[in-house]
Amino acid sequence: MAFNVNEWLTNILKGDVVYSYVGQVSSDLITQALDEIEYKLEQDGVNPKMIRKVYNVLIECLQNLFHHSLKDVEGVYEGDRFGAFKVVVNDTGYVVATGNYVKNEIVQVLKDRIEQINSLSREEIKSLYKMILNNEEFSAKGGGGLGMIDIAKRTGSRLGYEFHQIDKKYSFYNLNIYISS
Amino acid sequence: MEPISIEGTPKTPTVNFDAESGKIEVKGRSIPENSIEFYKPLVDWLEAYAGSPASLTEVNVQLEYFNTSSSKCILDVFKKLEVIFKSGNEVVINWYYEEDDEDMLEAGEDYQSIIRIPFKMIEIEE
Repeated sequence: MAFNVNEWLTNILKGDVVYSYVGQVSSDLITQALDEIEYKLEQDGVNPKMIRKVYNVLIECLQNLFHHSLKDVEGVYEGDRFGAFKVVVNDTGYVVATGNYVKNEIVQVLKDRIEQINSLSREEIKSLYKMILNNEEFSAKGGGGLGMIDIAKRTGSRLGYEFHQIDKKYSFYNLNIYISS
Repeated sequence: MEPISIEGTPKTPTVNFDAESGKIEVKGRSIPENSIEFYKPLVDWLEAYAGSPASLTEVNVQLEYFNTSSSKCILDVFKKLEVIFKSGNEVVINWYYEEDDEDMLEAGEDYQSIIRIPFKMIEIEE
């Protein structure tokens, strides 16, 4: 069966859905989603520390979608900054899933980067963060992968991921972030 | 020097830079997609200010959230302040964080370990 992003979004992650979106990830959409999710968690009486964690994780992963999603994927969509994401709450805490299309040639690079982050201890992640922060080469776009390291540092959990190959050129990249209480 | 006074938005902080009093304030949320665009004028201002700074520059940073792209820009701001400090002027950085926001305290400590300026960590009670 061909990969379908709407189906993927419906089935990914177990738990009560806090927010779910598929489409263009614009700056305004990010502002609006952050605002709505923050409001919802406040209304649900979630403790401020957890709200902060979820909010911080969302900022980084939504801005990753904003900066890195591809323009025009042949046969899939036309336009800019296409992405999908979902936030759920279950017995383990909050979980965020993001998805966007990537070129097949960067799949291995992404896998290696995530595996590398997952292999590090908390202390190693902290010093890697500081090293990249203080590195002149790092671009403001997050070229050093600081966003993903920040997420790992804040959650203390391993990043989950999956790649669904679409065709010879493209894959769908799914990142899952676990924020436990 | 003309002071800088910028109202905060949901994604950018309130900024008040005043050369005469030597007060530098950044407060609120700093989570824009394009941080360089926002911080460039601030860094430029500090560079000019370094030419004839106040005898004491007091920096108040009170951020609720900041993204990784701002973190680099904030470091650039601190590096400009470090130049002022190193040329023999008094500079103090007050880093405010909310009670139980360990991540924000840790972020301040990261800057403290990189920048050679006295930092004061100040906890705000909720």
